[in-house]
Formats: sequence, structure tokens, C-alpha cells
Amino acid sequence: MAGAVLVIACLTTGCSVATMMLGTGAKRPAITEFGLGPRTSANRLYTATLEPAEALKPRRLQSVRITVVDSSGLPVEGAAMTIGGGMPQHGHGLPTRPRMTRAVAAGTYEIEGVRFNMGGWWEFKVTIATARGEDTVTFNLSL
Amino acid sequence: MSANRLLIVTALLVSGAVLCAATGGRGLWSASQLEELQSLSIAALEPLPADPTNRVADDPRAARLGERLFFDQALSANGKVACGTCHQAERDFQDGIALGKGVGTTTRRTMPIAATSRAPFLFWDGRKDSLWAQALGPLESAVEHGGTRTEYARVIAQSYRNEYEELFGALPDLSSVPQFAGPNGDRSEVVEWWALNDQQRDAITGVFVNIGKAIAAYERRIEFGPSRFDRYADAVTTGKSAEGILSNNEIAGLKLFIGKARCTQCHNGPLFTNNEFHNTGVPALPTLPADDGRLTGSAAVLKDEFNCRSRWSDARSNCAELDYLVTNDHTLERAFKVPSLRNVAARAPFMHAGQFATLAEVLDHYNRAPKAVAGHTELTPLRLSRDERRQLEAFLRTLDGPVLVNRERQQKRTR
Repeated sequence: MAGAVLVIACLTTGCSVATMMLGTGAKRPAITEFGLGPRTSANRLYTATLEPAEALKPRRLQSVRITVVDSSGLPVEGAAMTIGGGMPQHGHGLPTRPRMTRAVAAGTYEIEGVRFNMGGWWEFKVTIATARGEDTVTFNLSL
Repeated sequence: MSANRLLIVTALLVSGAVLCAATGGRGLWSASQLEELQSLSIAALEPLPADPTNRVADDPRAARLGERLFFDQALSANGKVACGTCHQAERDFQDGIALGKGVGTTTRRTMPIAATSRAPFLFWDGRKDSLWAQALGPLESAVEHGGTRTEYARVIAQSYRNEYEELFGALPDLSSVPQFAGPNGDRSEVVEWWALNDQQRDAITGVFVNIGKAIAAYERRIEFGPSRFDRYADAVTTGKSAEGILSNNEIAGLKLFIGKARCTQCHNGPLFTNNEFHNTGVPALPTLPADDGRLTGSAAVLKDEFNCRSRWSDARSNCAELDYLVTNDHTLERAFKVPSLRNVAARAPFMHAGQFATLAEVLDHYNRAPKAVAGHTELTPLRLSRDERRQLEAFLRTLDGPVLVNRERQQKRTR
């Protein structure tokens, strides 16, 4: 009977299979891995924090500032950046080609042309290159 | 399981279903699902954004002129084709046939107009980046309106001079200009066009552009009104009674729509579209030329004579959509625009060349996820049962609602 009770509970509370069976099999990271940072790059060269001009929303073309410090916490100036990412569970990349357009303060840069075209888990990857080397910071964002 | 226990389980299941039907609502949904329902409701639609590329976009005089131009068959080579010939007001501004028919037959399905002012790119391949630039395409297409820029300028001079000049200033002198001349016409029309001097060509193209801007001012007032789905979403997300708004089948379809069927991957937000371009493996018709969709469209919009950066745009330095555009990428091959699903049930046949006659055929396609004829499909098989597909179709029919022309929009400064 326990099974039947569970079935009824599901019918009345809507405990539907909310976790979608998605094609790529990529597993959504733990909630603690999400957010605007600070996040450290893969090889620990840089730590970066995102600051959107306004709250990130699906389908809107937005700009985001990024502040980068080195391993001793000092601002990283004169960095070149490339932006990538996408939805690992859906196997698609970003719908636009965002670019770092300018430095706005020591260690702070403007990234423009950012769009997320649906809600859910997005990776936003910023590859930072300076004389110290090239390294990528991956932000997990939940739209 | 004994027969008795089976009976009890069945009874409990039925009573559970009855209970769901009686409440119709909030208890059926998790917090994140309620959030998703709210995001799909037309109540979540943001105010119409300004179009800085069109300085008359929100001028009611331009909208009135644009509405008359939209339905004027004089703007065609044979005097029988208006925008409204294919974009029929009584059919949600589309024509219900697989391939649009103007002075000839096109290679794509006529698109509906409601809420397209909110899309950064227009047409199935997104080769235009504003409503006014879009409106100019069919006017010069040999199979749609089939006319030329000098013909259209003459129509304005003959029938709309006062309304036009009030908005855009004096019309150019057309007395020494040939009747049929344009850069996209037939051979003689092109020759006549290039025989004009720079000043003449610019003056006539200026009139042509203003025709597009007036039509766009009308078109941007065409919006979707609320559907049964919206009433349901608003009720369940605000804790009001949703009883009787949707049937159990429709609710089950909605659940599939935002869950297992993965429809909101592309059909998200209050217009049920992410305004992007995707390859979903839609079959090619052997009778039509090869069509690589967004791959060509994204390149075309960058070099379009009338794009946001062009001299004809009223906001040449503010073209972020073009600045960050993805072009020349393998994912664009045979990717086509994601249309809004509002009123979708009233818009058969479906897809960019009307490949599917019924919603059932569309859902069967998404369920099977066949290989793309070119490029790569983004679909994977859904494994939905026939009942589930019927539930999804039932849900899609709850998106039926009015298409409204808001003639009351107040003039706003757009710059």
C-alpha cells in the first residue's frame, strides 16, 4: 500500500519528474558551485568576480563587469579575455559572441553582448591572458 | 498484487486525479515549476522596447499611414498584392498555406506578425534586424510584391503625399524618374536604376525606407492578448482558484511541455520563443532549393543595405545585436527561427516551409528526432507515448488567444 500512497501523494502535490532527462548526460554541479564569484581559475592563476549591470535575465542582451585579481589578491591589469560557455546539459554554446570591450578600473573589465536564451544551468567561461599566463575561470550560473 | 489490492490502488489513483481536477491548481506544481509558469504568462511580457533605428516607430501618425500602406495592393507589380495579402488580419496575419503566394510563390511559409517587434532578427533565417528593414524585403522580391523603388515612390506621391510629407518632409521630384527602376528588379529595372544619379537614387531609396518605417510603426502595435493558459498560470501563481480553466489533459500537457518534452528549451518566456535559430532536423522539400537557414541569414544581415548600422538607420552607433552576432558557425546550418507558440493551433501548416500539416505531425517529429538533412539536429528522441503527445497537443491549444492591434499607443520619444 505504501506504493499506492506515494502515487497519490505525487498526484496531489505534483512531485513530477522535474529533473529533465537531458541528452548530454552532463550533471548539474552542487548549488555551492553556482554564483557570480569570486571563482578561481582552473590553474589557480586568477580569481574573478562578475558584476552584471542588472540582474541576469533570459533572452536579454546584457553587459557584465568582471574583476580579476592574482593569487596574492592584487588587481590584474592589461588582461586579454575570450568569452565562451553554454549549456552543458543541452550541448549548445552561447547564442552570442560576447567580448571584453574595455578596462573600466584597475583589474575591472566590461564584457558586453552577453545573452542567455533560456532559464537553467549555464556555464560562463572567461579565459584570461596576461604575462603570467592564460587560465580559464568557469562560472556556473542559474538563470 | 491481489485483485482487491489492485482495486484499492485504482480507486485511490482515481480519487487522487479527481482531487487534482477539483483544485485544478497550485498544489500540482513545485516552486520552480510555478516560477516557470509565471515566466511563460503573458503578464511577464515587458513593455514594448523602443526601436531607436526608426524615429517614427511610436508616432501614431506613422502607424496610421503604415496601416493603410500595409493593406494597399497598389504597392505591387500587378496591383493585387499587399502585405495583408499573405499577412491576413483575420488569420493572425498569416495565410494558412505552406508557401507564401504573392505575384509568384515563395520558398518559405508566411510568418505571423504579432509581437515580432520584440525579436532582434526577422524572417525564418533572421536576415533582417528591424521590422522596417524586414518590410522592405518582400516589396522588392520578384515573387512577393514584385515592384520597384520608383513605382513605390510614385504611389506615395499619388496617394499619400500629405500624410507622408507631414512625417518625413518633402517628397523628391519624380518627374524625370523612370516608372520601373530599382536595384533588385529585373534586368531593365536595374539598368534604369543605375542610370539615375546618386542624388536621385538616394532620394528614392529614402522614400522606400520611410514606407518600411511607417509599416513597422503599424506592425509593432500588433500584439498577443491573453489565452486560457495565461488565466491558468496567473491563477496558480497568485494562489487563486484555477478550477475549470484547464482540463486534466491540458494540465498534463503543460507539465510535459515544461518537463519531459523539453519544449521550453527553445519555446520559453511569455512569447514561447527564445527568438533564436535552431536546427531541429525539419525535412527539406525536394521541390525547393537547398536552404541552409541561419547560416546564410546571419551573413546576410551583416551586409544588409538597411541594417542597424546602415545610413538609413536612425541609430547607427547602437547596434549591439550585430556587434555580438554569431556567424559562420556550424550550429547555424539549417537553423531556423523559433516561432512563438501563441495561437499555434490556428497556424497550420507548420515549420518554415509548411512541412507538417498538423500539430500531431509536429509532435511526432520532435518525438522521433530524425537526423537532419544538413547540419546537426539539436533534438534527441523524447520517447513520449501517444497519450502524452495528445496531452501536449491539448495544452498547445490552450495558447489560443486574440491578436490585438493597439491603435492607442501613445507617442514616446525613442531617442
